[in-house]
Amino acid sequence: MLEVNQLEVSYGTIKALHGVSLKVPEKSIVTLIGANGAGKSTTLRAISGLIRAGGGQVKYDGKEITNQSPHAVVSKGLCHVPEGRMVFANLTVEENLRMGAYLRRDKAGIKEDVDYAFTMFPRLKERISQLAGTLSGGEQQMLAIARALMSKPKCLMLDEPSLGIAPMLVRAIFDQIVKINKERGLTILLVEQNANLALAISHYGYVLETGKVILEDSAAALRQNPQVREAYLGD
Amino acid sequence: MDQFVQQLLNGLFLGAIYALIALGYTMVYGVLRFINFAHGDVFMLGAFGGLYVHKALAPLLNALPWPLALAVVMLASMAICAALGIAIEYFAYRPLRNRPRLNVLITAIGVSLFIEYTGQLVFGATQQPFPAIIPRQNISGLGGLTVTMTQVIVVVVTTALLIGLRYIVMRTRLGLAMRALSLNPTAAALMGVNTSVVISFTFGLGSALAAAGGILYASLYPSVDPFMGIQPGIKAFVAAVLGGIGNIPGAALGGMIIGVVETLVTGYSQKLGIPSGYKEGVAFIILILILLFKPSGLLGKVEREKV
Ligand SMILES: Nc1ncnc2c1ncn2[C@@H]1O[C@H](COP(=O)(O)OP(=O)(O)O)[C@@H](O)[C@H]1O
Ligand SMILES: [Mg+2]
Repeated sequence: MLEVNQLEVSYGTIKALHGVSLKVPEKSIVTLIGANGAGKSTTLRAISGLIRAGGGQVKYDGKEITNQSPHAVVSKGLCHVPEGRMVFANLTVEENLRMGAYLRRDKAGIKEDVDYAFTMFPRLKERISQLAGTLSGGEQQMLAIARALMSKPKCLMLDEPSLGIAPMLVRAIFDQIVKINKERGLTILLVEQNANLALAISHYGYVLETGKVILEDSAAALRQNPQVREAYLGD
Repeated sequence: MDQFVQQLLNGLFLGAIYALIALGYTMVYGVLRFINFAHGDVFMLGAFGGLYVHKALAPLLNALPWPLALAVVMLASMAICAALGIAIEYFAYRPLRNRPRLNVLITAIGVSLFIEYTGQLVFGATQQPFPAIIPRQNISGLGGLTVTMTQVIVVVVTTALLIGLRYIVMRTRLGLAMRALSLNPTAAALMGVNTSVVISFTFGLGSALAAAGGILYASLYPSVDPFMGIQPGIKAFVAAVLGGIGNIPGAALGGMIIGVVETLVTGYSQKLGIPSGYKEGVAFIILILILLFKPSGLLGKVEREKV
């Protein structure tokens, strides 16, 4: 469904990605793990059009979308939940969700999806009129995911949803990620520094190191891989 | 007492116009984080737009009741200036979108000078009288107070525009996109907001309000010249900073305050023993005080990055 070939990205004169290739098959959860600064976020930013790729290509749903603008990419059903959540702090929870549905015109469908978001994350419903900036980190992450789902994506890219969040809420969030993948057939590309967590829910994984994929395998195999265990699973 | 109330009223009328201009500064700052120094010149173009539309349509307008004629002149000039504002952003600022902010700021000063001197070339350097679209008459029955029809119209039109603006910003899809963009451009883009469209829309909206302000100002002080936008522009900029740059109600409030303070200083300058020419400096004193004591402005929030 999503295919990245030999992606190259530079910040000024510094090359951050040296030809990254990965595949995310339909309805699967694929994870991209790697240390801080490996280039995980850069990969997602290039896919969603936030930064220009200097080389390589991105294909989505069989069509090339390399270097299209972010609003064009999201309109095709590929939605990116950025690192650090980026909720609209001075908008209410409800307005944040409405922003997620920015490209949609079907009022009834939007209403239905707001309700669905609230059954996923009941904590958000209790805080519907609260400004997003006043939510806890975990609640903001829930809102960021719910907001992305409001665009009715077919493929979701999540950048470190566990970052800086209380363990209890991380569990709730990861449970929901698995659930939307199973129930709604959503394809997911999950970026994580927490490899344990990510590999536990993924089907397939890629390991990124200084802008290159150094390893790829099924998630189960990666969890057994000595190299991964030592470097990323803390053994 | 009467004199004080009179001055206060005069200040509010002037302040309403500053508020209209200040809104443009603050909205553009909201979405682009830069001060459009050419905004005062759009205000000037709005006044000239009114003048020329009135000239061109004189036979038609004379046949209409004056409120209708005013509406036609105003809407036409607002539309012209909205288009100009959008064009200014498109040709002058957009190519610099990802450059250091200072480059854009200097460009804005260049655009301002360009408009002023092109204005001098096209409109002539001398002051021209502005037509009395609004009848020049006093409202009677207010005791010792003098209020002109023009002043009433200033308040009515400003109020209507502020309500309309509030509706657009708070209730429409583009308004929501504007607010989202000013809060987090990256996230807004990821939600499908076409940033360029929203920025154009913001320039159009701000310029239309400035044009309305220009016509009202020229009706209040009935002469126009290509440099008439400089002083009100600077004062409105201070008003926007005073209210909290980026904050829409703040800009309206700031405009009112600057108008009142300036008028009171002028009104009482003799009693206080300050030359009345100092009124032009009042705005700057206020600016210095805000920057010293409350840089975020009256209603502004301190910007903080949440990770
Ligand atoms: N805006 C930027 N400007 C310059 N360098 C950047 C920028 N963002 C990231 N980088 C660099 O690119 C590399 C990859 O960063 P990133 O993709 O954020 O890593 P990760 O998400 O895996 O932690 C790092 O070396 C980082 O310092
Ligand atoms: Mg990252």
